[in-house]
Amino acid sequence: MSTQTNESLDLSKVDSIVKDYGYKRQNLIAILQKVQENFRYLPEDALTRIAVQMKLSPATVYGVATFYSQFSLDPKGKYEMKICDGTACHVRGSIPVLNAIKSHLKLEDGQKTTADKMFTIETVSCLGACGLAPVVVINDKVYPQMTPDAIGVVLDTLMKEEA
Amino acid sequence: MLDIVEQERKKAERRLASTGIRVLVCAGTGCVANGSLEVIKKFEEFGLNVEKLPEHKDFTTVKTGCHGFCEKGVLVVIPDLDVTYVKVKKEDVEEIVRKHIYGGEVVERLLYVDPKTNKHIFRNEDIEFYSKQTRTSLCNCGNINPEELDEALCVGGYEALARVLEEQTPEEVIKTITDSGLRGRGGGGFPTGRKWQFTAMAQNDKKYVVCNGDEGDPGAFMDRSIMEGDPHKLIEGMAIAAYAIGADEGYIYVRAEYPMAIKRLRIAIKEAEERGYLGENILGSNMNFTIHIKEGAGAFVCGEETALLASIEGERGMPRPKPPFPANKGLFGKPTLINNVETFANVPLIIKNGAQWFRSFGTEKSAGTKTFALTGEVNNTGLIEVPMGTTLREIIFEIGGGIRNGKKFKAAQIGGPSGGCLTEEHLDLPMDYDSLIQAGAMVGSGGLVVMNEDTCIVEVARFFMHFTQVESCGKCVPCREGTKNMLAILEKIVRGKATMEDLDLLEELAHAVKDGSLCGLGKTAPNPVLSTLKYFRDEYIAHIRDKKCPAGVCSALKTIQIQEDLCKGCSKCARQCPVGAISGQIKSPYKIDQSKCIKCGVCVDTCPFKAIKEV
Repeated sequence: MSTQTNESLDLSKVDSIVKDYGYKRQNLIAILQKVQENFRYLPEDALTRIAVQMKLSPATVYGVATFYSQFSLDPKGKYEMKICDGTACHVRGSIPVLNAIKSHLKLEDGQKTTADKMFTIETVSCLGACGLAPVVVINDKVYPQMTPDAIGVVLDTLMKEEA
Repeated sequence: MLDIVEQERKKAERRLASTGIRVLVCAGTGCVANGSLEVIKKFEEFGLNVEKLPEHKDFTTVKTGCHGFCEKGVLVVIPDLDVTYVKVKKEDVEEIVRKHIYGGEVVERLLYVDPKTNKHIFRNEDIEFYSKQTRTSLCNCGNINPEELDEALCVGGYEALARVLEEQTPEEVIKTITDSGLRGRGGGGFPTGRKWQFTAMAQNDKKYVVCNGDEGDPGAFMDRSIMEGDPHKLIEGMAIAAYAIGADEGYIYVRAEYPMAIKRLRIAIKEAEERGYLGENILGSNMNFTIHIKEGAGAFVCGEETALLASIEGERGMPRPKPPFPANKGLFGKPTLINNVETFANVPLIIKNGAQWFRSFGTEKSAGTKTFALTGEVNNTGLIEVPMGTTLREIIFEIGGGIRNGKKFKAAQIGGPSGGCLTEEHLDLPMDYDSLIQAGAMVGSGGLVVMNEDTCIVEVARFFMHFTQVESCGKCVPCREGTKNMLAILEKIVRGKATMEDLDLLEELAHAVKDGSLCGLGKTAPNPVLSTLKYFRDEYIAHIRDKKCPAGVCSALKTIQIQEDLCKGCSKCARQCPVGAISGQIKSPYKIDQSKCIKCGVCVDTCPFKAIKEV
């Protein structure tokens, strides 16, 4: 389950989101998307709160939240990096790019977010920008035709901005 | 109702004509990534520039959808001199405005250069990438601003809807669609007219029209381009379908990975509602139809129609057994018509031009045109539309301009992870539903990934199996357990640890998963394995028996060596090695510790003396 953070969560935001969507079962996915937009992930307490508010079992809400890959139960970094490993990107070398990112950010195998909560990396299956393969998307900005060297430059620039 | 659309169209034409020369800048996802928004901003700033003299012509920058030739983005088309500029950067804008728009002269250096003749090409239609295509469902993508209804009206938008509302009964509409021979463009190829008829026949006071825009196949982006580039055509197609089957509510399910498509569809729906093309009493008739957008949340299986419906209802997107078919019991238990984006986009064209017109393209059993997302190792990647039955050779070697860097063609994967691979012997196979099924592949959504001699086909099969295994929803055992075990065997093969018995087991499992799975995802998941086994069995055997990867891709089957006689001891490789596997003394040959080496190949690329080799 989610990593508990020390900061207390403002769950009233969850209440108002659920209310905006009229407490409707069919809007559960949209509600989870909004809640995730708000907290950058889905905290366990927020899932329970949604369940209570919508009169659903927590298992139902948890079940939907874990079914879709868009939802994360762990906090994400400030920069969300999506490395496309769709077919077109794969055959044009997305894995060397991914490896370069991992070694640049010093991420262990299986680790998705850097210790300083700055970068989160995930691989996705096709962003539909196959003509520009391989692509990396960082917070919705598309970086086309990446190479291990080019992504290093991008990461250095971002890190410098943050320093 | 036709007269209303006609009047509105004339009004829109007058308004657009008064805005001067049109500068069409592609703002599809591909070109945006290449910086088209900056190019657009530069053009707009220039439009306000004081340097403009009275004799200079006015111009308007139009943000369009995808032109298809993503490889050469940013694309700028200026119809007044009928030219297409490629690879435009924001620095080029000033020259285009001064020389072309103010001066009436073409900026030659920004034209496309034909790689075969080295000549500059002015017009879109003369670029081989476009000249061999037949763009009908994509005809407006790249020529209009998708965020303005007026632009859609100027190219005949909503005329077909007005015509059916005024002149035709629902039965007549269904007959036209049936006669046209249109088949589902999302993969299955089910006759669209029959689907409409089943839903029309279902008795219920509430029915739904659902558009499947959950384009999840890696390597496919035609639906995205239509939603981004010509959203009104999709809306019109859905409204015509709603009229034909008697529905008053519709949903467009778009995957969340397509934020721009979602945004443009929202804009289009809102404007269509405001101006009476959607909503209550459409165009003054007694027809009501509203459309909602549902965002997906990242699950490939939701492209399967019953799983998609479950997802709209807010459930886990798991497929349901059929029958009952959605036509009888679909969304919220009501009769529901589900078609793919491209299928709906063909509808207004068929209504306007007639079933015979549609049949004039394609083959007897696969009428019309089909879009393909041409990607991978070809020179011209992008979105193309060709008549059904066009051969693979024409697509790859004429439109696609052949294989990159003069390499040899090895195979093309069609239909994504559900499809199969086509090899050299299929180059002259007509690409239509039935011929492809016979060859062990399928049209699928139309993703076409071209692979060259450097691609390891076993690794590709492993890649697809990994994809379907992750995306398997877990509801039925054959798919859940079968894909997992198939993947385990494929991983053994690429690591050189498999036996010939494993290969037999892989094949047996493939047939079991194909026959036993509940939905299309599982039923088609073994296709890449089966088709590669059929055409490239020797490559599998090379991995298993000889522990060799013929394409030299599978890293477990290669070692990296430094050739002592060539190594100058510069230490560059040791500094680049991510795992510190290389060591040595400056100016004497370096060594690789094979137990540490992860075979990433960085040292091979780094060595200035070409002393490091993969063997």
